[in-house]
Formats: sequence, structure tokens, C-alpha cells
Amino acid sequence: MRKEWIARSVILVFVAAAITISMVAWQARSRGVVIHARMAETGGWNPESLTVEVGRPLHLRLTSDDVMHSFAIGKSDEPPVDVIPGEITEVTLTFDEPGKYTFYCTRWCSVNHWRMRGTVEVTGPEAAAEAVEPPLYVTLGLDIDAEHHADVIPERRPSASLGAQLGAEIPTDYQSREYYRSHSPADLWQALRDEASLSSLTNQDLWDLVALTWQSNTTPQDLSAGQQLYTNNCAACHGETGAGDGVFSDDLKQPKTGEHAEMQAGEMTARPTDFTDAEHMLAASPARLQGKVLRGGMGTGMPYWGPIFTKEQTWALIAYIWTFQFKLEDAP
Amino acid sequence: MNKFQEIALKEMFSPNARETEISSQPAIPRRINLHQIPWIRPLLQSHWPQFLIRSLTLAGFAFTIFAGLFGSRVGSHNFAIIFVWIAWWTALKLAFIPLGGRSWCSVCPIPLPGEWLQQGGILEKSRRRFGLNLRWPKRLRGSWLQSGGFLVIGLFSAVTLTDARLTAWVLMALFGLAIILSLVFERRAFCSYVCPIGGFTGIYAKTAPVEVRVIDTAICAAHSEKTCYHNCPWGLYPVALRDSAQCGLCMECLRSCPSDNIAVNLRPFGTDLAAGNKGMRQSSRLDETFLALVMLGSALAFAAVLTGPWGSLKSAAFAIGSPAWLLYGFGLLVLNLVILPGAFALAVWSGQRWSGGKVQLRRAIANQAQILLPLGLFAWIAFTVSFAFPKMNYVFSVIFDPLGWGWNLFGTANSTWSPDVSAFSPGLQVALLLVGLFWSVSVAQRLALTNTGRTLRQILPLLAFCLAFSLAMLWLLVG
Repeated sequence: MRKEWIARSVILVFVAAAITISMVAWQARSRGVVIHARMAETGGWNPESLTVEVGRPLHLRLTSDDVMHSFAIGKSDEPPVDVIPGEITEVTLTFDEPGKYTFYCTRWCSVNHWRMRGTVEVTGPEAAAEAVEPPLYVTLGLDIDAEHHADVIPERRPSASLGAQLGAEIPTDYQSREYYRSHSPADLWQALRDEASLSSLTNQDLWDLVALTWQSNTTPQDLSAGQQLYTNNCAACHGETGAGDGVFSDDLKQPKTGEHAEMQAGEMTARPTDFTDAEHMLAASPARLQGKVLRGGMGTGMPYWGPIFTKEQTWALIAYIWTFQFKLEDAP
Repeated sequence: MNKFQEIALKEMFSPNARETEISSQPAIPRRINLHQIPWIRPLLQSHWPQFLIRSLTLAGFAFTIFAGLFGSRVGSHNFAIIFVWIAWWTALKLAFIPLGGRSWCSVCPIPLPGEWLQQGGILEKSRRRFGLNLRWPKRLRGSWLQSGGFLVIGLFSAVTLTDARLTAWVLMALFGLAIILSLVFERRAFCSYVCPIGGFTGIYAKTAPVEVRVIDTAICAAHSEKTCYHNCPWGLYPVALRDSAQCGLCMECLRSCPSDNIAVNLRPFGTDLAAGNKGMRQSSRLDETFLALVMLGSALAFAAVLTGPWGSLKSAAFAIGSPAWLLYGFGLLVLNLVILPGAFALAVWSGQRWSGGKVQLRRAIANQAQILLPLGLFAWIAFTVSFAFPKMNYVFSVIFDPLGWGWNLFGTANSTWSPDVSAFSPGLQVALLLVGLFWSVSVAQRLALTNTGRTLRQILPLLAFCLAFSLAMLWLLVG
């Protein structure tokens, strides 16, 4: 009988050890906030809203339950980190300013990838209501959804360096940042065409001058930063070449029936804008593009980037988008 | 194993190793009785080594269920998925079965708790027993339920093999069922008649080089207590063992035999196949034939779904309940219930007819099913080479991070070592399938010789069946 009792004890000890290890593991796991990432169709981030005090470190343990995602915080310099299925990525964030921050996925995880967003509410004693400066397109009262077409388009892609070689003098009014942001290339082209001093130049020459003006309102750093933002956030739909042929573009133009309808969270989507379409693009001002980026395309499936990009990032992105129309010096 | 290997093996173990011959069947090749080897004897005689391994596997089982329920949902990072479906399943097909027959059954923890209740103790029986101790219904005898269970595994394979939660639930269900059946029926009803893995290991155990047999049947005949039978948790009487399909190698008969008349033999591979048919009653039981065919069908299905290049088939197998899955399930069942049994029956029938055999078709089908065993075993081994080998690196990473929670217990969780089998696996798989095919053909030949003597005519249709299966497997695995 002694033998039997030893055997029973061995069994109980072994099973108890297994359960203890499991429980210790369970305890160890509860340190830090674990965030599970899933494709937006199956739930997105979980949890999707976090709260932390200003200046207090927020320790996150990120893991993916399906495909590879990436975690980034909008309007911050924190570089995105990959969130890999079955692995834990640890991130510690400290917020200096109170407010509501958006975290989002930068990997093209599914057609509804952009819907993978969550928020961090950063609370603090000095969380006073800050006066919000309205974006330019609002100040200008632009109807960013209005149809726009350029009547005249260039024969070839306008080049800033060819424009510079012309040695023509562009009136200073047209070179200011305010003019650039609030006018379309077609507006500037028409204004230059109406200038008596430039009457000897051909239509194409004037387009090169427009390209030159557009270049003078950006920097190689902006273009490089803009390209990075574009590649991470826009190319999935608009395509690497800006032609509106990104990997998700086919899904966005399809009618919503059958299996596809379940996949799409939104009812209406449209084919992504082709940034290489001169007639369409040259009639759009940077302010209009800013509006589209910040607000998103209503009823097209185009996400809103207002909570994610800083003002500088938005303008850098817009500067880069113009490289699909213009050959700009030092453009990446 | 040839004569020289046998001698070498004997010398390697011990100069005292005693050769054993089964007195009633002198024609059967000679064996090495492991129980007579001095350093192995105490390991077999004592309950403790086997019991400690079973306790460990039971603890591992408990941890696997926990990992499955609470660990990462990503299969490749969950201990439950990797240890059950990659490590254990590979070990079963590559080592436990081909080298040890039902050796896994001897350390399997699933029946342990139920048996504890049923017998009132783990190592010693007591009076405080639970359960009704009913006899297993006659209608449900044989391996029909096991075949059915394996088909159910096949129907849900894509999800079970990738979903850690489901794997945990399946393990708990097996555990629960084993306990319930122990409380209702006598002995190991679950293992003998229900456990799909038991069915799988059981039929292929016939090919394995290990057996438990009586040394001298005359001693048993004179022994009126039959302690071996009373102590066998499987309800087997060792004298009656004709093959190793039912014996779970628990060694209880060996421990309880007062005359030291039980041998654990090392024997040539495939000894049970086509052996001792002459003059012996031929079984007309079709359950093992069906099980052998289900194993072939399942090998094809697993290879197609899990290693094949067809995304839509994978999706269909995964989308349980969808019309595509119903179609997949229908296809799987038609393959296993109609095509393979039909083709095999046709092959046996035409072989009989052509060779003028006088055996009843039902008996012939039951008897010829042995041919399918080497074929199936090697098909499963070949499948394992392409299914499990490339995933072996996960085994290491889940040891260091069993729940997929980002641990790094020994600092090597991120080791990217992975055996690259792509270079040699096609060649190896062809070789494995060929070994299975030739072995099956040789079994067919021996069977035909003992039955009709007109070898070629009888085996040609069966050869065609085996060849067609091997080619199908080859196409699925190597392309």
C-alpha cells in the first residue's frame, strides 16, 4: 500500500507542478498592458483605448493574432514597431503633452488596414482646451469634393530644372508659400500665361515654370519625409507610382456583393485617385490635397489622417505627391 | 533484420541474452527476449520507470491543455500545437510506431485517471473502486469507432492542427471520454475501441520489431489462475496473441507471471504480416481492413490539405460549416468510404478470380488487408518528412516561449535554426514510398504463396492498387 501512496503522491506532485508553472506564467503575463492586433475585419486592436497620465511611462506588450501588423503613434516621432504573430513586441511610451493620441497600423494587413486605429487618452492637470487652428482648406472655404479639371495640360511631365534654365522671372506674388498652398498648378499656369512679360514662352515652358515654383516651395528633406509617409500609408491604395493601382485598389473598386461585402466595413468605396492624371491633379491646390488627407474621402474608402499626421508631415506628404506630376530637382 | 544483425544485436546487449523460440510456432524467425537481458529486466519488471514516464506525460498533458487554452492563438508559437501536432505526432510516426509498435500506449497518460478510479489505485488495485464495470457492447467491438474517429479528425484536421484552443478542447474531450468509459465499462474500453490514435498505432504495430509473447504455451495451459489475463488492463490473454495490434505493451502480464513465461521480444520487422496463416483460422473481420484503408485515405487527405499547393482546398478544409467545407468533407468521405474500399475489394476479387482462389471474398479482403500496412506506414512517414521537418525549429522556440507570450527562458527563443529538408526530402520521400511499396508487395507475395500458390495472378491486381496509391502519394508529396 505504501507503493500505491507514493505513486499517487508522484502523480499529484507532477500535475501540481504543471499547474503551478501555468499559474506562475499567468501571473507573470499580467505585467504591462497586452495589446492584441487583428485585422480590422476581425476586431482591430484590443484594447483599442488606453489612458495614461502625462509623463508616466506606458508599457505596452504588443502581439498579433493573425498577420503582421505594425504599431505607430500618430503625431509623434516614435518610430513604428512591427507586431508579429505569436511574438511580443515591447514598447514604452511617455507622453509629454496631454491630449488624445491615435495609434494605428502601418502594415498593409488587409483592405480595411487603415481602420486599425486606437486611442491613448493622455490626462494631465494642464489639459486646458487649446485653441485649435483650423486647417487651410477650412479657412479658404474650399469645397474639396467639388469636381476639378485643368483645361490645359502639359505635353510632357513639367520639369523644374528646365524651368530654371529658361531664366524667366516669375512675379514674386506667385512664389510665396501662401500662393502655392492655395492655388492649383493650373491657376498658376493661367496667371503666368496672362503675364505680358512671359508671352514669348510656350505653354510647355510655362508648365516648367510652374514645376519650378512648386519645387521652390519644398525641400529635399520634405520630399524624402513625404515619400516615407506615402510609402507607409498611401501606396497600398494609390500605388507606389501614384497611378491609383495599389495592392488594395482592385478591392476598393469592386461592387459590394457576396463574400466581399462582409469583408468591407464601409458601404461605398471608389477606385483610389490616380495622382499621375494631369487633368485631375493640375486643377487641385495643395490646400485641397490637405483637406483630402486630413478629412479623408467621404464615401470613397479613403481614410482620414488628421489625427495621425502632424501639420509638417501633411505638407511634406503633399509636396511628395506633386512629384507624380512634376520632375522636381532632388526629388527621391 | 538478417541473421548477422541479429547476432550482432545479441552481443551488443549481453552475452547472457537468451534466445527464445516460441515452441508452438517453430517456423517463426528467432527473437531476442529483452526481458532476459540483465540490465533491461529490472526496467521492465518494475512499475516505476514506466509509471514515472506516464506521470511526466500526464503533467505535460495538463500543461499542454493550459497552453492551448490560454497561450498565443498563433499556432506556431503555442506549445499545444507544436508539441502535439509537430513533436509528438512526428515522434509517433517516426519512432514510437515503427520501432516500438504500441510503445506510446505504454506511456500514454490519457487512461491513467480513469483507470485509477476504475481500479481503486494506480499501481495496486483496491476495493474502493468506482464504475459499473460493464462489458463493452459486442456490436461496437473492433476498430470501427477508431476508424470513424480518424475520419472525424480528417474532417476537422485543418482547424484542429492550427487552432490551439481547439487542440486543448480535443485533448480534454479525449481525457473526459476515457474517464467516462472507464467508469462505465471494464478495462481499457477507450483505448481498445475508441481512441483513434490507438487504432492508428495498433494496426501499424504489426510491422514493428517488438512483441509481448508467451514463451511456452504449455506452462500457461497448466496455470489455472491466469494472473496475466486478470492483470491485463486491455483484457488480453497473452497465449492468444496472434499479432501485436491489441497489446499496449503495459508489461502487466510479464510482471504478474509466476513462471517468468512472458517474453518481450525484439523480432524482425513485419513479423505479424503474412505470418502463420497456413492452417490457421483466417479472420473474416473487416474492421481492420477498413481501418487500414482509412489510414491510406487519411494519409492522402492530410498530404493534400496540409502540404499540397492548393490554397482553395486548404481554405475549404478550414472553413468548417461552409459549403466548400461540406464539399471537402463529402470528397473525403467518398474517398474513404467508397473509392478506396471499392478499389481494394475489386483488386482482391479480381486476384481471387484470376488465380482460382477458393477463399470467400469477405475473408480474402480481411486477410489481404495486411498488405496495406507497410504501404500506409511508410506513406505516413513520408508525409511527416515534408509536413513536420520544416517546422522543427518551432519545437525549440516553444520550449523557450511555450505560451507565445514573448518569453525567452534560455535566451534562445529567437534561434532561427530550421532543418532545411528541401534538398533531400523529395529523394527521401521517394525512397520511403518505395520501401513501403516493396514491403507491401513482398507481404502480398507471401500471402499468395500460403493461400493459393499462384502468386503472380493473385497479387497483380493488389500490386496495381498499391502502385496507384504510392503514385498518388508521390504526386502529392513530391509533385
